Amino acid sequence: MTITSPPPVQAHEPGSAIDDPARTTDSFRRPRSATRRRRRSGLATALRRSSGLIAVLVFWQIAASAGWLGTLLPTPLQVWNAAWELTSNGQLGENLAASVERVAKGLAIGLSAGLLLGLVAGLFRAAEDVIDPPLQALRMIPHLALVPVFIVWFGIGETSKVALILIGPLFPLYLNVLHGIRGVDGRLVEAATSFGLGRLEVIRRVILPGALPQIFVGLRQAIGVAWLTLVVAEMTAAPHGIGTLLSDARDALRMDIIFVLLILYALLGVATDLFVRLLEKRFLGWRQGFTGV
Amino acid sequence: MSEPTVRIRNLSREFDGVPVLTDLDLDVAPGEFVALIGASGSGKTTLLRIIGGVDKGATGDLQAPTERAIVFQSHRLLPWSRVWSNVALGLKGKDVRARADAALKEVGLEDHAEAYPKTLSGGQSQRVALARALIRHPQLLLLDEPFGALDALTRLKAQALVADLWAQHKPAVLLVTHDVDEALLLADRVVLLRDGRIAEEFVVDVPRPRINGTPALIELRHRLLTGLGVDLPTLENA
Repeated sequence: MTITSPPPVQAHEPGSAIDDPARTTDSFRRPRSATRRRRRSGLATALRRSSGLIAVLVFWQIAASAGWLGTLLPTPLQVWNAAWELTSNGQLGENLAASVERVAKGLAIGLSAGLLLGLVAGLFRAAEDVIDPPLQALRMIPHLALVPVFIVWFGIGETSKVALILIGPLFPLYLNVLHGIRGVDGRLVEAATSFGLGRLEVIRRVILPGALPQIFVGLRQAIGVAWLTLVVAEMTAAPHGIGTLLSDARDALRMDIIFVLLILYALLGVATDLFVRLLEKRFLGWRQGFTGV
Repeated sequence: MSEPTVRIRNLSREFDGVPVLTDLDLDVAPGEFVALIGASGSGKTTLLRIIGGVDKGATGDLQAPTERAIVFQSHRLLPWSRVWSNVALGLKGKDVRARADAALKEVGLEDHAEAYPKTLSGGQSQRVALARALIRHPQLLLLDEPFGALDALTRLKAQALVADLWAQHKPAVLLVTHDVDEALLLADRVVLLRDGRIAEEFVVDVPRPRINGTPALIELRHRLLTGLGVDLPTLENA
């Protein structure tokens, strides 16, 4: 048992850690100088990381305008212009709002259900015996194949779309909550019990925090699945939504608009993933895992 | 004589049909420091877990106070809770923070109250575990090889700290260890466990503070090691 990472206060300490031989020879202090190096070269790293993307964009612009890539690929500038057109005429905002609302509704229900089922199955073995087999069976059905079923059941309107979006995220969250709880160190539970903590307190102080890293993994997967489902849900007769714009653009052969929407999907995914990662940073600061070399 | 803090009669415990403890009797007086020593697999940790109430599979007669606290072999601090919150685990009331700080001060870690356990060394973690036990003012303190994983220097300091804290608070202590010197340094009585029974008892009638290597302790050490089945060269041959 050793100190594997320095206290955060010291990590922000001004002054040179690298020049001090007493510190660099101490293998315990390595993480500190590594953080410092990373921070110091933040700008260089940003440049290095974006250089590949910039190269691709430049090559794409040149190749597409020269016609090397065929006539059906818009240039980045054309895509940019299409994005501007969609934004300024209000189409993008209106449809984006409709899509975000669908995803929010679906996630609100799907995540709550996944969390609740995972908690109950994780905390009570009897509940797991009842809940788990049917959920595992349902999980094996590709939920996108439910489109026709839901249209028959719920009609072609919002209900069937939200229903489809809520089904997708439910399973990854359920699985990760269940396994997160089962992965909690039994010795910690035993210690807490020996100090007289009741069942609810053990859940609050030991089991839930211990399962949280895994729950966050499930959350990230679930949100990714929700966006994926949205695409499919909106391609079948939605009055508004990004998917509607996409099928309209396909019918009008507007490749520039199609590319705008593809990029928008990517950005939405990145934005929500970033949000969950911020939550992770806030709530999982105590972790002592391997952070990579 | 007053009522013993721990009173055990005919205690037996088996795992899958294999007996670990058989018809064991043991008393611990209030404020008495008892070291429980034995080879690996002799059932000493099992006995501590039964007395501590975390192993409920034993048969026989056991009386132990409910005001008891265990310091485990590994510190078992909650990695997601700050040090003070680990110490105050399960306690209620407005003054828990102040009580946790006071307990941390006793083990010399008041400056680490806001830290997370990952920033602590092994010795510091075990001291936090000790503070977490002491804050409950236990009548019975159960120590399950708490210094086993520490390096020799840190272990010596931790042993001195336990001796100090015991002298101040005077709980009854049951220390499980396989370290003969540790047992002799700290305990009033060393109980040797063999084949699931108490094979021998040694009263350590040596005034404190004790120093390893004094003649009385060396003599006891030999008897203890012989009891543990370690063949030592006799003093004349050495």
